[in-house]
Amino acid sequence: MTFYGYKRPDGRVGVRNKVLILPASVCASDTTRIIAQQVEGAVTFNNQLGCSQVASDQQYTMDVMAGYAANPNVYGTVVVSLGCENCQMDLVVAAIQERTNKPIKQVIIQEVGGTLKAVDLGVRYAKEMVSDASLLQKEEFPLSELIVGTECGGSDPTSGLAANVLIGEMSDRIVAEGGTSILSETTEFIGAEHILARRAANKEVHDRIFEIVHRYEKALQLVGEEVREGNPSPGNKAGGITTLEEKSLGCIHKGGHTTVNAVYDYAKQVEPKSGLVIMDTPGNDPSSVAAMVAGGAQVVVFSTGRGSPTGNPIAPVIKITGNRITFANMEDNIDVDASPIIYGGDLKQLGDDFMKLLAEVASGRQTKAEALGFTEMAIARVCNFV
Amino acid sequence: MHNAMIIDSKDNVAVAIEPIKAGDAVTYPCGGGEVQLTAQQDITIYHKLAVRDIAKGEPIVKYGEHIGVAISDIKAGEHVHVHNVEGHRENLEEKE
Repeated sequence: MTFYGYKRPDGRVGVRNKVLILPASVCASDTTRIIAQQVEGAVTFNNQLGCSQVASDQQYTMDVMAGYAANPNVYGTVVVSLGCENCQMDLVVAAIQERTNKPIKQVIIQEVGGTLKAVDLGVRYAKEMVSDASLLQKEEFPLSELIVGTECGGSDPTSGLAANVLIGEMSDRIVAEGGTSILSETTEFIGAEHILARRAANKEVHDRIFEIVHRYEKALQLVGEEVREGNPSPGNKAGGITTLEEKSLGCIHKGGHTTVNAVYDYAKQVEPKSGLVIMDTPGNDPSSVAAMVAGGAQVVVFSTGRGSPTGNPIAPVIKITGNRITFANMEDNIDVDASPIIYGGDLKQLGDDFMKLLAEVASGRQTKAEALGFTEMAIARVCNFV
Repeated sequence: MHNAMIIDSKDNVAVAIEPIKAGDAVTYPCGGGEVQLTAQQDITIYHKLAVRDIAKGEPIVKYGEHIGVAISDIKAGEHVHVHNVEGHRENLEEKE
């Protein structure tokens, strides 16, 4: 199977062609919003971090920022910083250049003379970059070029019965095509980690699966909290999910049936063409999706039982539900109805249809979240600000 | 038409795939045949019901795996949810 995408100078293939206006910290986020609003084809996000963070938190922030700039859906990046934040311009630029050789421009608000001058310069850089990006022609590529992030949010029991089963089918097929599928959400491995560990490619991956789960539980216990607080959520419970273990056993279906080849830390660069891999992310959707997109995922496939609106600034998010009532209720937000799997439908046929949609979305078809302009995201955190 | 399903033959709970009323016949396919029991309570669509009596302290089994422990005796046909089940962290590394 093939799709039409954009070849990048670093050899990767994008499914969108965006110019990223990247805020290096919270103090640059309003400025990037103003810049992006004035340039058709530019995108940004609200970075609430980038300063006053402990080293491990700052690393998460840096990895998401640099990973976004390196994501093949991005043509080039205009980095905007205030000037005095911890995520200094030279650090951000160096982190991007470690990952890619795509175009970068820099605007430091305190050095160019304040917000209005920074907006003026940022808009000019962005317009020029969008103009260059518009010349790029799409080419045909095999699906093996895709890294697909998988996520579930607002789960209910149909997620484990249908939507995640369909995502698992997609994952198996992407792996068979030679591409990459990422299984995420460490908090939703709890109670099911032994099943994933059995599928590990080697002892190191096996041990890492247990390690990331135990590390997550311990990190919350250090601040006197329990992973079960708030998980399952009130919506999960209203839908019929009783315990975290039940949620997890439904969640891991997204990983299909193939061997787990690697475990990546949060927002680290994922090796293309590496089959099924795991990324250590929170169950919180916008921060988990952000980590996979920073890792290089060009497309995200997202199951929801209750009806989630989640999008992303640079990657299309395809929404699937296994709940026929939710599909009818939230059709404006959900792309695919997987409920026939519960009522005797043919998984192979649904898988064929879904792969066709995946290739179409990779070729430019807008998802519901894209059509609505949804770009919410978050960056995971280890602890409080300092 | 079936109005419930089980996922694994080891499961002691079924999932309602239609809204079920107390006193309704609950039917689901299992091992080539069909199992029938009577709902003791209303079961919201996609919620769970016990397919056999489950004693307090026994594991609740869905997907063929433990999803929690019964905190009271549960009769076949009763709703199984947060009021009679608690999550239970098992050491899965030892279990392997």
